[in-house]
Amino acid sequence: MSDAIISVSGVSKSYGGVRANVDINMEVKRGSITGIIGPNGCGKTTLFNSIVGYHPIDNGSIKFNGDEISALRVGEIARLGLLRTFQQTRIYGKMNCVDNMQISVSHRAEAKSSIFASRKGEIKDRAEHLLDFVGLYSKRNLISGDLSFGQQKLLEFAMALMNEPKVLLLDEPTAGINPTLINGLIDRLRRANEELGITLCVIEHNMRVIMNLASHIYCLSNGQMLADGKPASLQNDQRVIDAYLGGH
Amino acid sequence: MIRSNNFFIYGALGLLGIFGPIVFPDYTLTIAYLWMMVLMASTWDILGGQMGYNSLGNILFFGIGMYISAIVQVSIFYEGGVGEYTSAMGSIKPEFTNSEYFIGLGLGIICAGIVALLLSIVFSSFMFGLRGPYFAIGSLGLAIAAAEITITIDYVGGASGISMPLFPGDIEFRSTFFYILCFIMATAAHFLLRWLYSTQFGLAINAIRDDEDKAEAMGIPTLVYKRIGWGIAAFFMGCIGAVAGNMAGFIDKEVAYPIPTFGIFMVAMVLLGGKGTLWGPVLGAIIFHIIKETTWTYLLNLQWVALGLILIINIVYFQQGIMGWLQDKFPERFGVVVDTETLQSDQKSGEVS
Repeated sequence: MSDAIISVSGVSKSYGGVRANVDINMEVKRGSITGIIGPNGCGKTTLFNSIVGYHPIDNGSIKFNGDEISALRVGEIARLGLLRTFQQTRIYGKMNCVDNMQISVSHRAEAKSSIFASRKGEIKDRAEHLLDFVGLYSKRNLISGDLSFGQQKLLEFAMALMNEPKVLLLDEPTAGINPTLINGLIDRLRRANEELGITLCVIEHNMRVIMNLASHIYCLSNGQMLADGKPASLQNDQRVIDAYLGGH
Repeated sequence: MIRSNNFFIYGALGLLGIFGPIVFPDYTLTIAYLWMMVLMASTWDILGGQMGYNSLGNILFFGIGMYISAIVQVSIFYEGGVGEYTSAMGSIKPEFTNSEYFIGLGLGIICAGIVALLLSIVFSSFMFGLRGPYFAIGSLGLAIAAAEITITIDYVGGASGISMPLFPGDIEFRSTFFYILCFIMATAAHFLLRWLYSTQFGLAINAIRDDEDKAEAMGIPTLVYKRIGWGIAAFFMGCIGAVAGNMAGFIDKEVAYPIPTFGIFMVAMVLLGGKGTLWGPVLGAIIFHIIKETTWTYLLNLQWVALGLILIINIVYFQQGIMGWLQDKFPERFGVVVDTETLQSDQKSGEVS
């Protein structure tokens, strides 16, 4: 098996006349942290949506762990262990934090009996441990919709970890979070990658964050793959600088 | 609050359930209808409150259950079958022995529940493609369609209905017997739901209510949960429909598919008591039933005005219902608190880089 856990080749997606993704090729290496950058509207989130099966792609191929997944549905892909978080944070707003965590367990091997499994015991312990990991333990009994935006973002991240995914796609994890919390979040992302062995693929606008975090970065522009490489080389790439600062 | 007072609430309801018909023998059937409404409200809340799918068509399973039990009860001990029985327009009155009647009734109730459950699985294959108001109207359409189709089937009497087999016993025993059936079913449904809501199932349907797309993206097999939820509601509605048909003694479209009354009442009761809670539907049903019976007795001609007024006040000023209001007012009583002991360590760990 190759060391690419996700490989995207020749993927295109149009919405009516808008060509959101054109012939995208990309690889996410097993155990790595891969970054995706690009100006607003360049097709980053569309690419994420294509990978997790949110919409059918027009053509191309997406492989996860060597298997073609471009024809599978969202739930099926999630149960394979490929999970995403949303740009607009999405949690279960009327449930408390512990319940949010407990229902986020992996449904990969869900036997019919676990539908009626009790909520106590090992799952609850793990939920509380992960809430502690993101610094929300003291708020665990609050209704999650009442938390601040940043805290909801942390909760969503913790929920994703609860699922024990193989790969986690994060759509702008630091957007709208205050700078102090951002440092904590970067630290936790890195720990999730190193300690829990979760491969991460991160869309991010905050250059300081992504340059520190990722080992390999892809840059999209106008729906096309503009450049890719190590953070240092990409930082000095004139095309990337133009795409971000120049006319687009 | 509810948690610590559970014992007293169950005690009070148990006393009402057991001694209600003894102390107020004239009201036995009225209290029986109370338990029936508790059951309807509680099972409606599985989808409507806990899962966020407002079904206006659960009454469908009530009617189907009623007709299925009639067919079973007549056919198994009457050679001519239900077709001949109904075509005689009530002029054939087969004599059922005691054991025939009770066996027939028992089988009728069970079959009613099972058929309702199976039909809910069939309907769920296309109904759960609908969300929000579309599901509500779609399910209402199902109930109306079922009612209209029923009156075209001569086998079950068409528009002229079926007279149910006569109860073998005096009228007081009859009331007590059906009362006990209603009470047992409401209790069984309540404890089943109480247990279900404490399992992963409860969390999963809450997650579907709060954000179905997120639930799907997290890998929750949402359709399985939706089917189970609707199936349980359908089963109980089918069973209670069978009982209600026998209580009424005669069934037709109006009795079997009371869409503007019970069909709407069950939603109104849940909204009054507080949707998405275990006790809201119970409380709502009790209060609603008391108001309804009182206005029917003392405000005759104005009873619908009174009920409408309560609905309007409920929906405009009091949307979260009684249990929801209590939860907003006293969150700490429901365990919604910040754990102050661990607050500081959280704040520190939030700042580490």
